[in-house]
Amino acid sequence: MVRERRDLYSLPDAPLASRCYSHSKVETDEEFDARWVTYFSKPDIDAWELKKGMNTLIGYDLVPEPKIVDSALRACRRLNDLASAIRILEAVKDKSGPHKDIYPYLIQELKPTLTELGISTPEELGMDKL
Amino acid sequence: MLHLKLGRVGCLLTRRAMVALTDSGARLSTHGHHEVSDQLDMSQPMYWDRLDTPLPDRPWKDVLDATDKSLKQKEKGPWSALSKEEKIALYRLKFNHTYPEMKRPSQEWKTVIGGMFIFFGITGLVVIWQSFYVYPPQPPTFGEDWQAKQVQRMLDMRINPIEGFSAKWDYEKKQWK
Repeated sequence: MVRERRDLYSLPDAPLASRCYSHSKVETDEEFDARWVTYFSKPDIDAWELKKGMNTLIGYDLVPEPKIVDSALRACRRLNDLASAIRILEAVKDKSGPHKDIYPYLIQELKPTLTELGISTPEELGMDKL
Repeated sequence: MLHLKLGRVGCLLTRRAMVALTDSGARLSTHGHHEVSDQLDMSQPMYWDRLDTPLPDRPWKDVLDATDKSLKQKEKGPWSALSKEEKIALYRLKFNHTYPEMKRPSQEWKTVIGGMFIFFGITGLVVIWQSFYVYPPQPPTFGEDWQAKQVQRMLDMRINPIEGFSAKWDYEKKQWK
């Protein structure tokens, strides 16, 4: 997936800068993904942290990997928040923009989690139409 | 950093707009039993529908009645036990517009173009009125006779005879080339 440089001020626990003129390490895609999966996997994550994490993630110039979305959906389950889970799916679909093949891939990868947690996609609920 | 900061600044700027747009539905739903003030309390967490902010600071409907509360209780159990309508209801409790609803096209462009043409028209009328009532009389140098004599004088003086004005006049045949 195509990505731009990440910013320094993303989260309190993000120590790495990735500007070209710095001499510090550039974060790899795997490290980025792992960091976000860990963020959402916090067992006692609270609603604010979920909100902050999702809004920050959607602010980046990328579509999150399925494993990050999976972690976020499980966080919604721990918070008993189905509405936010559906909202997250809508948001990642919107992030893919003109690339119509990203969202179906995401849903395909997330299908086991969606069935396990009982999350319906916006399409299943008829909410993808006006 | 830039795109995040801009998002936040844009967020702050749109708050003024959001005051008008977060309709009375939002205000009424938050001021259940408190006294209803005319102005939206901007010191409280606000709700807004933004494509880049999927989870706003507060849910759409704050004040829940008994049915909503029982639905919220059911949400704590397995979600596969919820019907489609219940899931949609839970979504609508937390959010106002879905993403497609946020992205729906408006007819505003017609108002804009129409308003533009109205103003062009008014300006046109002003210009026409002006040409009758404001402009002084035309100088005599614009008249047909004067212009003809002026051209003849220029030809007699051989104005630009090589490449320009008089070069285009045929002095033998007394006509333009």
